[in-house]
Amino acid sequence: MNAQPLEQRQHYLNVSYGFKSWLLTTDHKRIAWLYLISVTFFFFVGGVFATLLRLELLTPQGDLVQAETYNKLFTMHGITMIFFFLIPSIPAVLGNFLVPMMIGARDLAFPRLNLASWYIYIIGGLFTLAAAAAGGVDTGWTFYTPYSSIYSNSNVALTVVGIFITGFSSILTGLNFVVTIHKMRAPGMTWFRLPLFIWAHYATSIIMILGTPVIAITLVLVALERLLHLGIFDPALGGDPLLFQHMFWFYSHPAVYIMILPAMGVESELITCFARKRAFGYSFIAASSVAIAVIGFLVWGHHMFVSGQSVYAGMVFSLLSFLVAIPSAIKVFNWTATLYKGSISLEAPMLYALGFIGLFTIGGLTGLFLATLGVDMHVHDTYFVIAHFHYIMVGGAVMGYMGGIHFWWPKMTGRLYPKALAKLAAITIFLGFNLTFFPQFVLGYLGMPRRYHVYPPEFQVLNVMSTAGASVLAVGYVLPLLYLIWSLRYGEVAGMNPWKATGLEWQTPSPPPTDNFEETPVVTREPYDYPAQKPQAIFPQGAAEHV
Amino acid sequence: MAARVDALFFFLVGVSAFFAALICIVIVAFVIKYRRRSDDEWPDEVHGGMWLEVMWTVIPLGLTLVIFFWGAKLYFVSRHAPPNSLEVTVVAKQWMWKVQHPEGASEINELHVPVGQPIKLMMISQDVIHDFAVPAFRLKQDVLPGRYTTVWFEATKPGEYHLFCDQYCGAQHSGMVGRIVVLPQPQYETWLNSNSVAAPAMTSGETLSRKLGCDTCHGARATGRAPSLVGLFGKPVKLQDGRWVTADESYLRESILNPQAQVVAGYQPIMPPFKGRISEEEMAALVGYIKSLSREEGELAQK
Repeated sequence: MNAQPLEQRQHYLNVSYGFKSWLLTTDHKRIAWLYLISVTFFFFVGGVFATLLRLELLTPQGDLVQAETYNKLFTMHGITMIFFFLIPSIPAVLGNFLVPMMIGARDLAFPRLNLASWYIYIIGGLFTLAAAAAGGVDTGWTFYTPYSSIYSNSNVALTVVGIFITGFSSILTGLNFVVTIHKMRAPGMTWFRLPLFIWAHYATSIIMILGTPVIAITLVLVALERLLHLGIFDPALGGDPLLFQHMFWFYSHPAVYIMILPAMGVESELITCFARKRAFGYSFIAASSVAIAVIGFLVWGHHMFVSGQSVYAGMVFSLLSFLVAIPSAIKVFNWTATLYKGSISLEAPMLYALGFIGLFTIGGLTGLFLATLGVDMHVHDTYFVIAHFHYIMVGGAVMGYMGGIHFWWPKMTGRLYPKALAKLAAITIFLGFNLTFFPQFVLGYLGMPRRYHVYPPEFQVLNVMSTAGASVLAVGYVLPLLYLIWSLRYGEVAGMNPWKATGLEWQTPSPPPTDNFEETPVVTREPYDYPAQKPQAIFPQGAAEHV
Repeated sequence: MAARVDALFFFLVGVSAFFAALICIVIVAFVIKYRRRSDDEWPDEVHGGMWLEVMWTVIPLGLTLVIFFWGAKLYFVSRHAPPNSLEVTVVAKQWMWKVQHPEGASEINELHVPVGQPIKLMMISQDVIHDFAVPAFRLKQDVLPGRYTTVWFEATKPGEYHLFCDQYCGAQHSGMVGRIVVLPQPQYETWLNSNSVAAPAMTSGETLSRKLGCDTCHGARATGRAPSLVGLFGKPVKLQDGRWVTADESYLRESILNPQAQVVAGYQPIMPPFKGRISEEEMAALVGYIKSLSREEGELAQK
């Protein structure tokens, strides 16, 4: 296949060249690329840590790395993946690119603040990488006190400074989205005409703004106790170690929703497009995003059922945790119902979307086990928990991210990737993922504790299965990296709307011009109005008057 | 307890398998039945059903409430030891478990218990947070520095079971493992007799209280400078600032280490702090002694 030129027309990618034009850009689409490159880097760094962990766990003895090294590897795997990949991934890459385009705006409300967010993220990332280079940190991504604040001999202070700084990037991105969604919707884009991707990002932004300051404060307190011996969390200094856990999970549980809600938003776009249907129960899906954001702030204590928290507090948190499961269930049922009597096409993004429903369902259902007091006291802090949150974070959030990248790639680059290869990668990831993490549910039930460098030999068979799965998963993640880069130059030219989707972003050329739209669109219909396309040609949400 | 946790666990497995299979089968069926046959295929409109939305909100809600109550009940039972429990003290530190039996036997990374006898563990850490986990008993409880936590179990089958530290506690976290040895009652007695080198906790606590001078002010012949320790444990205590607290293990511990923190109403804050002067094991012995003073009083009252 020859390189087909896209250069006849001016668009956001060819409007200017050179490093400076990228590093000083205020175009939300270019900032999305800055984020895409950075989160991809951190994803593969986190992946290298994971690979080493899985290799070590191939045998019960500690034979590949020393205990101290192993502890640093799982700590840095968690920190890298959560703070530097999962939290920014969908919002800062796809959200940045799409929030203005989907609501018919020319940019985010504060374009320079948007660029500043990226720089803050990078500075935080550099601190954390410096901590890793200086010997790493071994507290676990949860930084439990007094281990982190007093006993650990690793680079705790440097790492928490990195995460503290990066938090501001989240807060500013959230602020930018909220203001943009409130003030910059195109004429006719009412709240109930917003794509569900926007609802999900709105809910996510609320959590980012309200939750992130708490983790920032918490980490500062850890640093203060560590550096100045202020008694906050260590009982030897008059502090309370459970206070840390309350503060940490007050952010870090909602942070799980920061990671999964945007993926749910992507899911709603993919399912509707590839089933050519309206979202079944649009208002229920939208409202459940907001419900998750609100109730999500009230369930943090379910991380502390065996911590020494009062029995009655445990009961309240358990009940609230069951309540937050309901909106997620509502979403799954509505996505499934959206397929009913649709016209279903199994393009690569749809494979990710369907995989998402399956894996997220298992992740959600196993969450019920952990919300159940009487069961959590058995499987807490075992591999059951590891399996559960990887089903949500990788099976949910990363599948959503991959599906979204494959869906909007033609919009971002103007080119399509090799479709057969993309489907192969999606299936490889799905199979590899299940082989990696399903055995860990069994390991957890059998009692294998998390964060163990050496383990009793009876757990080996399941660990070998898990490591085998991780190798398959690694292939599945490297494939897209290769063919997506290849497609930048050699991919087939996509055209304005290769999937015949209805969102506003599809009614402008691919890649879009710097200002997104030649003319501000006027929105005249609901999102996902696929049935109405029957008699006519393709027209997105507001394009009837313009195309 | 293990059987009761498993019953709930497998009930949840059943519910999960049902819903996962339901979603999976429906998706596969829809994907096959409604596969796109040509690119100009545009399906008809399907109107959402309010009754469907209500149904798939209410059914999961009802089901989760059942699971909640079932789980909460089990948890409640697991956190409240029966009154006839044998009390064993566990002190955790990086990276070992130290166990002190009331009869005087002590062990490291092992816990010998008789079968069919409820065992209540009083646990405390000397450094960071640890977690006492015995998967075979479906049991887990964090062990905190500066505060007692408790958990109980009753082993139903003789044998050896894994003891894990389940809360990450530093470099040798995965080395902080041990075993629970469950013995039939006669073998347990034998084991206990051959291993009780130290004096029983009650006696060693009494000796210690004399050595540290506690009984000078708190003892039977004391002259009202300090509250009596007899019958104190488990009772409500009025503090100088008007608050009421229960004299439980954590209160006794704090009042020994840092007496000025919660002074009993009507007394002068004259007791010196013992912080840094006694180990967690000695503390456990002292607390055990104070508790035994309440038991004796109870027995006297019964007579």
